[in-house]
Amino acid sequence: MLMILQRYGLMLVAALGQTLLLTLLSLFFAMIIGMIFGLMNVGHNRVFNFIGTVYVDAVRGVPLIVLAYFIYFGVPAAIQGIGFDTFRLTALQAGTIALSMNCGAYMAEIIRAGIQSVDRGQMEAGRSLGLTYGSSMALIVVPQAIRTMIPSIINQYIITLKDTSILSVIGFSELTNVGKTIMGNTFMALQTWTIIGIMYMVVIVTLSKLSKKLERRINRGR
Amino acid sequence: MADSKISVKNLRKNFGSLEVLKDISLEVTEGEVVVLIGPSGSGKSTLLRCLNQLEKVTSGQIIIDGYDVTDKHTDINKVRENIGMVFQHFNLFNHLTVIKNMTLAPVHLKLLSKEEAKDKALKLLERVGLADKAEAFPSQLSGGQKQRVAIARALEMNPDIMLFDEPTSALDPEMVGEVLAVMKELAREGMTMVVVTHEIGFAREVASRVIFMEGGYIVEEGTPEEVFNNPKEPRTIDFLSKVL
Repeated sequence: MLMILQRYGLMLVAALGQTLLLTLLSLFFAMIIGMIFGLMNVGHNRVFNFIGTVYVDAVRGVPLIVLAYFIYFGVPAAIQGIGFDTFRLTALQAGTIALSMNCGAYMAEIIRAGIQSVDRGQMEAGRSLGLTYGSSMALIVVPQAIRTMIPSIINQYIITLKDTSILSVIGFSELTNVGKTIMGNTFMALQTWTIIGIMYMVVIVTLSKLSKKLERRINRGR
Repeated sequence: MADSKISVKNLRKNFGSLEVLKDISLEVTEGEVVVLIGPSGSGKSTLLRCLNQLEKVTSGQIIIDGYDVTDKHTDINKVRENIGMVFQHFNLFNHLTVIKNMTLAPVHLKLLSKEEAKDKALKLLERVGLADKAEAFPSQLSGGQKQRVAIARALEMNPDIMLFDEPTSALDPEMVGEVLAVMKELAREGMTMVVVTHEIGFAREVASRVIFMEGGYIVEEGTPEEVFNNPKEPRTIDFLSKVL
């Protein structure tokens, strides 16, 4: 175990960095995607509802690993096919897109559910005061929805962090992929995967502790 | 008709295949206090909610202060600034303090500056007897206090019409009086009011006109004296015999 840490320590830290980079990028875009499609689904515009539902169903209906293959291999092939011969996606780009789309779909559902959990009367009170739908949503409904959404959002963050390991299949050098390399070089499976497992766990437990604190602080106003 | 504040013509409202309002016509003049009574499901709350377009009408016309609110081109938000509404379940913004509840809309809509809105809110709170609750959150108030804040919040917009949708129905009995007192004072000051309520005592004392609705129709209307003491329609008599 010590041998692995000595020889591959830097590599492992770099891999963890890649994992976190991919997670943060994906969460950022997923939040935007989630807000767009989540809000589409709470409104009463049939076209938006339809687009939102199709997106969420389509992405949730496909395993992340398939989505990753599709974006890493399928999409560039299609774009090359229409004449852009040199078009390629790096593993980080494809991974970020796949994970953002995946996490975004779940985020959209969390945001939709959170907004719908706020009593309808809140929106009506806002509208009756002359505020627009958008203003009532932004000033009255969403701030209250966020409180109920936070635990689910954090849960989704953690799932997304763990899902980065799936992107080892497209050759992205995140933690799990590096673990495979180390195991291939050393044949020390037990030790390697113990280290990798602990590294994930430390990050995730730290994050969930921090988020519990945040949750408590936000709820203190009540 | 010059001082007609609210004019409803041949209003119909369907929820799916259910016809809730069937050909309602109604005029409310400035300073009038119109009380809507009737059994539940008679359409009185729906009628009220159509007035400020919280419910879209199926057909017919509603003109408020000269604006046709059923016309798509009317800026409904602008019209709503002049129509205060008080809900059965208060609908205070739970994440904001009392004073923020009151100042949110006028400040956001740039009708008042922050300071003006705050001064005004404090005066209104004093008027409804809650000056000491400005910094409280809604969850820290009793039902009666919440409803008085809700009325103050509506008044902060300087409306010239106030709509009340069963404002005392969700209150414990001992808190009904404090809310009705605020409403009575408003009525005395000449506010145009449309009130859906089961408080017959309030209607008797304050209403300029009582409208009895049933099954989506206006069955009978008149002064409180006429409707309560000499109802003409059998359905009104039947209803009153149950509530009086």
